Amino acid sequence: MPEEQYKELNRGVFLRLIKDKFALGALIMLGVLYLSIIFAPFLAPYSESYSNRQLSYAPPTKVYNVTSDYKLSRPYVYNYVRSFNPETYQIEYNQDRTKKYYVHFFSKGYEYKILGFLPCNIHLFQVDNGGEIHLLGTDINGRDNFSRILYGGRISLTIGFLALFISFPIGMLYGGISGYFGGRVDALMMRFAEAIMSIPSFYLLIILAALLPAGMSSTQRFTLIVIILAFLGWSGFSRVIRGMVLSIKKQEFVQASKTLGAGSMRIIIKHILPQTLSYVIVAITLSVPGYILAESSLSFLGLGIQQPDASWGNMLKEAQDYINILYRPWLLTPGFLIFIAILSFNLIGDTIRDILDPKSRER
Amino acid sequence: MSILSYILKRTLQAIPLLIMVSIISFVIIKLSPVDPLAELRMNPSITAQTLEAEKQRLGLDLPVYQQYFKWAWSFLHGDLGISTSGEPVINRMMERVPNTLLLAFTTIFMSWMVGIPLGIYAAMNWRKPIDRFMTLLSSLGMAIPSFFFALLLLVFAVKTGWFPSGGLTSSNFSEMNWFMKIVDIIHHLILPTFVLFTISLAGLQRQMRGNLLDVLESDYIKMARAKGLSENKVIYKHALRNAINPMVTLLGFEFASLLSGAALTEYVFQYPGLGRLVLEAVMKSDINLVMASLMVGSIMLVMGNLIADIVLRIVDPRIGGDNA
Repeated sequence: MPEEQYKELNRGVFLRLIKDKFALGALIMLGVLYLSIIFAPFLAPYSESYSNRQLSYAPPTKVYNVTSDYKLSRPYVYNYVRSFNPETYQIEYNQDRTKKYYVHFFSKGYEYKILGFLPCNIHLFQVDNGGEIHLLGTDINGRDNFSRILYGGRISLTIGFLALFISFPIGMLYGGISGYFGGRVDALMMRFAEAIMSIPSFYLLIILAALLPAGMSSTQRFTLIVIILAFLGWSGFSRVIRGMVLSIKKQEFVQASKTLGAGSMRIIIKHILPQTLSYVIVAITLSVPGYILAESSLSFLGLGIQQPDASWGNMLKEAQDYINILYRPWLLTPGFLIFIAILSFNLIGDTIRDILDPKSRER
Repeated sequence: MSILSYILKRTLQAIPLLIMVSIISFVIIKLSPVDPLAELRMNPSITAQTLEAEKQRLGLDLPVYQQYFKWAWSFLHGDLGISTSGEPVINRMMERVPNTLLLAFTTIFMSWMVGIPLGIYAAMNWRKPIDRFMTLLSSLGMAIPSFFFALLLLVFAVKTGWFPSGGLTSSNFSEMNWFMKIVDIIHHLILPTFVLFTISLAGLQRQMRGNLLDVLESDYIKMARAKGLSENKVIYKHALRNAINPMVTLLGFEFASLLSGAALTEYVFQYPGLGRLVLEAVMKSDINLVMASLMVGSIMLVMGNLIADIVLRIVDPRIGGDNA
C-alpha cells in the first residue's frame, strides 16, 4: 500500500477513535497520566528521595481554605505531630493547630531539570517553610507518596513501551523468517517458540528476575528487566506473524520481487512485514497493559525495581500487609492508577481493533 | 484418522516440546550466578554426606551437557533432588500441585458456568444497554491487576471477618470431621477463586459473545431463520454448538494463564499452591525446586493444551487430522 493511503487510513483511525466515547475518555486519561509523569518534578512538591523520618506513615494532609471563623482564605495546611498512644499501642498523628502553613502556587522549591535538560526550581505548589504537605500521605520512611507516585509512574508507564520496542521487532523478524523460508527452518523455529510458550510465563518471569545479581545499579536493573519482559513477549506474537506471512508470501508481488532478484531478507523486511502492520498496531496497544502488569507484579514481589527508586508496583509492596491497608489506605493509590492505565489501554486497543477489523464486533 | 491415533500422535508431539522446555530451563538455571549448593551448605541440619551425594547427583564436576543428561535421567526416575529445607523436592511438589489444580479447576468450572450464559445473553441483546453494560463490566474485570484485587478482598475479609485471611485450612483442621473439613476448605477457597474467577470471566464472556455473533451471521443461520424456526431454536439448536467449539481451544489457554495468574493470588492469600512454592523457591534460590517447578508447570500447561485439542477434536467433527 502506498504511503499516502497509509496516512489516510491512519487519520481515519484516529478520527473514529476520538468519536468513540470510551476511547476518547481513555485517550484523555492516558494523556493526563503521561503529561503528569513528563512534568513529574514540576508537579511533585518533594523529590523522589526526600524523606522525613518524623513522619512515617503520616496520613494525607488536609488542605483548608475556610478559616475557623468561616472566612475564605488562601489554602493552608496544618502539620502533623506524632504521638504514641499507650492505650492502643499505636502511633497516632494529630494536627498541630497552632500554626498555619499557607500553600503557594508556582513557587520555588528544590532544583530539577524540565525534560531532563532545562534547569528550573518552580513547582506547582509548595508550603511555607517548616510546613509539610503530603496529599496522599507518606510511606514507612516518611517519603511523600504523591511525589513518589509521579516519579514511579515514569518507570511503570514507560517500561512496557521499551520492552515492546525490543520484543516486537524480534517477534516480527522471527515470525517473518520462519514463515518465509518454511519447511525445516520453520518447524525448528516454531518448536522453539512453542517451547518458550509452554513454560508458564509468570514462573519464567520471576525466575529470570531473581537471577539478576544483587549489586546492580538501578539503571542496569531497569534495562535488564526490560530485556526480560521483552524475552517473554515475542514468542506468541511471532507465531501469529508467521501465520500471516505464510499466506502473504504466496501473493504475486512477492513472486515479482523474487523474480527481480531481491534477497530473502529484503523481501521479508521490505515487502512482507509491512503487510502485517494493522495487526501489529492492534497487538501493540493490546499488549502494553500486559507489560505494565508484569512490571508492577515483579516489583510488588520485590523482584523488579528496587528501593529507593519508586515504581507503582514496589510502592504497593508496603500494602502487602493488611494491617497496613486497614490503617493506612492511602498506600493503595498506585494500585488504582495501574488499574486506570490498563483499562485505558484496553479500551483504546479494543476500539482500534474494531476499526481496523470490522468483522470482530467486540462492542 | 481415528480419535485414538490422534491422541497418540499429539502425545508423541508433546515429548520433544517438553525436552526443549527442559533444555531451555536448564540453560537459564546454568546461566545464573547462584551456587546450587550454597543454601544447602548453610543449613546446619544437612550433613556433609548429603551434600556430597547431592554434588554427585548433580554431577557438578562434569561438563554442562553431561550435567543435563544426568539431571534429565534422574528427573525421569522421579528423583528431583532435595530442597534447601532438606526435604525431597518431589514431596514438596506433591503437596502443592493438587492445591493449585483444585484452585484452577474450581475457577474454570465457575467461570464457564457463568461466563458462557452471560456471553450468550449479551450476544442476544447485541447493542442493547444491557450488552453495553456487560461489555463495560468485563473491561473493568480485565483491567484490574490480580494482586491488587486480591489485596482489596483481603482487606474486605479482615474488616468483615466473614472470610479467613489466608491459607487453605483452619488451624484446627485436623480435629474436624469430614463434612466440616470440606466446608472449611470451601470457605478458604472462596476469595482466591473469586479473584481468578472475575479475571477469567471477563475474557470468557467477551469471547463467547463474539463467537456467537459471528455464527449468527453465517448463511446456515439465515437459512434456519428463513425456514421459520423460532429464535430460541435457531440459537440453542444451531448457533450455540458451533459458537462453543472455539471456546474449547480457549480452555487450554485459560489453564495456562491460570497457572501464571494464580501465583500472585496464591501469594497474597498465603494459599499453599505451586505458584507460591515457585516464589518461595526463587526467593531462597532453591535451584532444585525452581527447576522442578518449571518442569512440572510446563508439563501441566502442555497437558492442558493437549486435552483441549483432544476435546475439540471430539466435539467438532470438522477439525481434520491433517492440519492438527
